[in-house]
Order: sequence, then C-alpha cells, then structure tokens
Amino acid sequence: MPNPAASSKRPPPWALRILVLTYLTIFLFAPLLALGVESFREGALSLWQGITEPESLLALRNSFLLAAIAVVLNVLFGIAAGLVIARQRFWGRALLDGLIEVPLALSPVMVGLAFILIFGRTGWLGPWLSQFGVRVIFSFPGLIIATLFVTVPFTAREVIHVLSEIGEEEEMAATTLGASRWQTFWHVTLPNMRGALSCGISLTAARALGEFGAVLIMGGAITGSTHTATTWIFTAVDERNNGAALGLSLVLGLCSVVLLLLVEKLRARAHERR
Amino acid sequence: MGIVVEHLSKRFGDFVAVDDVSLRVERGQLAAMLGPSGGGKSTILRMIAGLEKADSGTVELGGARVDHMHTRDRQVGFVFQHYALFRHMTVEKNVGFGLSVRKVPEDEKRARVNEMLKLMNLTGFEKRYPDQLSGGQRQRVALARALAPRPRLLLLDEPFGAVDAKVREELGRWLRNLHDELDVTSIFVTHDQEEAFSLADKVMVIAKGRLEQSGQPVDILDQPATEFMARFVGDANVFDSVVQDGVALVGRVAVPVRDFENGSAVRLVIRSYDLKFFKQEDGPAIVHRMLYLGDRVKVDASIEGAGPIFAQFPRRSSLLRGIEPGCRIGIEVTLARAFAKP
Repeated sequence: MPNPAASSKRPPPWALRILVLTYLTIFLFAPLLALGVESFREGALSLWQGITEPESLLALRNSFLLAAIAVVLNVLFGIAAGLVIARQRFWGRALLDGLIEVPLALSPVMVGLAFILIFGRTGWLGPWLSQFGVRVIFSFPGLIIATLFVTVPFTAREVIHVLSEIGEEEEMAATTLGASRWQTFWHVTLPNMRGALSCGISLTAARALGEFGAVLIMGGAITGSTHTATTWIFTAVDERNNGAALGLSLVLGLCSVVLLLLVEKLRARAHERR
Repeated sequence: MGIVVEHLSKRFGDFVAVDDVSLRVERGQLAAMLGPSGGGKSTILRMIAGLEKADSGTVELGGARVDHMHTRDRQVGFVFQHYALFRHMTVEKNVGFGLSVRKVPEDEKRARVNEMLKLMNLTGFEKRYPDQLSGGQRQRVALARALAPRPRLLLLDEPFGAVDAKVREELGRWLRNLHDELDVTSIFVTHDQEEAFSLADKVMVIAKGRLEQSGQPVDILDQPATEFMARFVGDANVFDSVVQDGVALVGRVAVPVRDFENGSAVRLVIRSYDLKFFKQEDGPAIVHRMLYLGDRVKVDASIEGAGPIFAQFPRRSSLLRGIEPGCRIGIEVTLARAFAKP
C-alpha cells in the first residue's frame, strides 16, 4: 500500500507508464502503422505486382536462401562452439567466449569493407581465388560470407549459455550409467540444447533476412544477381517503385513477427522445463 | 565389493583438495564420509567413480585396480547432490537409461525399471518429468536410476543435502533399510554428524583433504584420535592448562587427567554433554544465559580466570534445578580429553 504522504511527492505511477508508451509509439508503432496504412493505400494489386516482379522474386529467393544457409551452418557451429566453450577447459576460453559476440558490436558496413580487403580483386586472397574462377565479392558467395559473419553470435551464444547454466552433472550421470561419449551427447547434451537451438535458429533467420550493410557492400546489389530483399527495397525506394518497396517490406515484417513470436514461445517452453 | 583407496592425492592449481588419503570399506558396508564443506570428500568420491582423475594413488574395487578404467566401465552407481536427473526424460526413461545404453533387451529393461520404481515407492510416476516431482521423489528417482543397472558399488554425494530436515531424517532411515535389503557396498558423503553416526557402519572423517580418523561410529565418538577429532565431534569446550598430580585446573575447576606427567602443558577438550552444573554459593563459575533449544537447554557460563564454558542438558534435567542467569555454580567434569599442547 502506498503511503499517502510519500505518493503526493512522487510522480504518480501512470506517469512512467505513459512515458514508456509514448516512446514505443514514436519508435515502434508509428512506423509499423505507416507501413500498414501506406500499403493499404497502394492497393493489394500494386503490392502483389511489386512482390512478384522478377527482381523482387530474385531478391526474396536470395534472402531466404541466405537465411537457410545461415541457419544450417550456425546450428552446426553453435553446437560445436557450445561444446568447446561451455565444456572444455583451456587457456583462452574466456577470450573465445567474448570473441563470439564481436559481430554484435561491429558495424556490418565496416566488416563488409574488411572482407573486400581479403576477397576483393586486389585483396589478399582475391587474385588467387580468381585463378580457379571463384569470385566472392559482388557475387553470391560474398552474400553468404556477409550473412554468416553477422549471424555468428546468435545460436552459439544461446547454446553456450544453456550448457553453462545446466552444468555437467547430467552428462557425468550418463557416464556413470555406462553411456559412451556419443550416447551421452545424443541422449543428454543435444536434447538439453534443443530450446537454445530453436531460439538460435529463429534469431539467426531474422538477422539474416534483415541484414543490409554487409550484403550491400559485399554483394554490390547488382540487378539480376546479388539483390537481397533489403537491398532491393532500398533500390525500389530510390526508383519510386512503391509497390515493390512496400510489398517486400510487408513480407519481411511478417517474417520477423512470426520468428519473434516463435522465439518467445520457445523461450517460455524452455523455461518451463527447468 | 570392497573398496581400497591408497595414497590418493589431488590438487586443483595450488589448492590441495585431497592429500594422501588411504581408506577401505568392506564388502556390504554402508560407510559415511563426514567432514566440513570443502574438505575434499566429494573429490574423493568422484575419484573412486572415475569422474575426477587422481594426481597420484590407487583405487581398487573388488580386489582389482580401476585407475585406468573409464567411469562407464567401473559399474559404479552415483547419486549426485542435486540429483542430475535428465530433465527432458520421464521418470521411466531416467531409470531405464543405464539399461538402454547397455542395450539390455526391451522387456527385461521394462521389468527391471518397474521393479526399481516399486522398490522406491514411485509406481504411478512413470510418465512424470523431473520438474513435476518433489525433492524427495527426485532423490528416489536418482537412486532408482543409479541402482537399475545393478552397480557393484553405490556412491552418494550429499544425498540428503537438498531436502528439508524432516524429510532428511526419513530418507536417511529409508536408505539404511534399502542398503540392508540390497546388500550393495555404499559410501555416502555428508557434513551432518548425526546422519553419519546414526546411519553408517563406518565413519571416515575427512578435513582439509586428509583422513582424520575412521572407524565404527561409537569408537569415533568415544575415542577421538586427535584434538581436531575431539573438537569436531559434538560441541566442545577447549581450555589450556598444566597437569599437577593427575589434575588440571581450569580456574578453580579441577579436571581429572590421566597419562600425563606433572608439569606437562595440555589442551583439554570437554564436550558440552560431559559436564554437570550445580548451584553453589561460592562456586567457581557464573551463569550468563540459558537457551531453550526444544528438547535441550544450552547454558552459557564463564569460569573465573579461565573463560567461557557451555553445557547442554535435557530440558527437564534435575541438573538444571535452581540454575538461572546470574547465579554462581559449581562444575563437575565427567569426561575430558587431554592432548599434549601443540
């Protein structure tokens, strides 16, 4: 029960609530609302035409393919990183743990540039790779590398966190019961990672679909080749192609909402099983 | 399946966790490893199971050395302090795990699992997950899981550490009965003296990585081998004094001491229940406080010229007659243990 004397001096509790709501309205609800209203005004037909024009389809295909590749590789890497960082003891482990989060802090544009220094025409590996006809920059492999870089932390971090929290005792128990290393991994460790992996997959997919800077620099946003959904929206806005810009934005927005809801649900379920 | 441990040592960095410990447990015994937290008990248990690698020393199970044997081949049942149940498996799957990984045929496995669940009073809980069970139930699932593959040896790390006092006592009695029924050599780790002395056939006291004393509970209680043991078991008063004609004076209180020559400096360890207090006008001590601890009363007093002393009496004891805070008392020491002063 609030003490009346004290509450007369302090701001009322709803003041803070209104502050938070206002903030969210300006930065979250308003743009989403604008997107919705403008799409509606554009008309369903125009949106559909925008989404289904060849360049849009190519951009969407590229984006979904990149998300799929990022998900698969990050699941494998996340499991490996979890086992190494949360289970093995070696010098430099803490450093490695910290390094995994570096992509969260770095500007993707800067990283894109760094990769150009490696794979570019005059970069360290560029000339050597071109001997075999492999081109990384301004082609699909460049998009893959850019996407992988920005998505590295998500799955690995979730897995490391969960494994450290759960501890090693279940695995030790399995060993005392006669389980081999593989049996322990397959029946105990991996199922315990399941929630973390699902969360990681959703976050990775969302990040991969949304990435712009790194794929723009490394892919070059070449029409008919290396456009992703985000770079194509950027181009479409520039060309006043409202149908494509709004249409693709809606598709991306929808995917993000679905993925985030999925994460929430999985987190809640993972929490229950604890 | 007897256990023989010889000269076991283990360090973690600069910290000596286990320091040259040798011990043995006979076939069929229920042994307790007792000692303060962080004294190395769990590390010894883990080394016996092979979960921790010893720096030096040997472990023999049933007459064969197992030092180079992997944990999974030692056939040791291990119950972890926090149970370590597989959280994503049902009770049934947990208990059957040790049989599944050893490829025991399905019907044989099912029969054994049911037998264990029945033994542990867990029938009806087959399909539950660990987080749907109480602490005591989880404890029993952990035991069932450890026993299902018929281990040669059962090791329990603080088995009742995570349940409340009442359940603890009950589980303890139940473990003793179970042990007698199953006839499997067992060691349990505990920091609870009552638990160790009331349940075990043999008590091994471990402190600071060393084995202080081992033996039957009665022997450890009545014949502490060292000053540490005398102080560790039960609540003790400690005084320094000098022996004169078979008596050491603590203030004006005379304490009988045998086996020491005149003039030798001794450290006296007097347990709180080896004392008698009685009201005496010109007594050598004064009562300060009386604490009522359920069925016992703890009396804090101080001996003039020697310092504080405390004793415990049954609540209705005649020894308490007339004793109250502020009164002078006489003290009779019924049993004191004397050690050469270090």
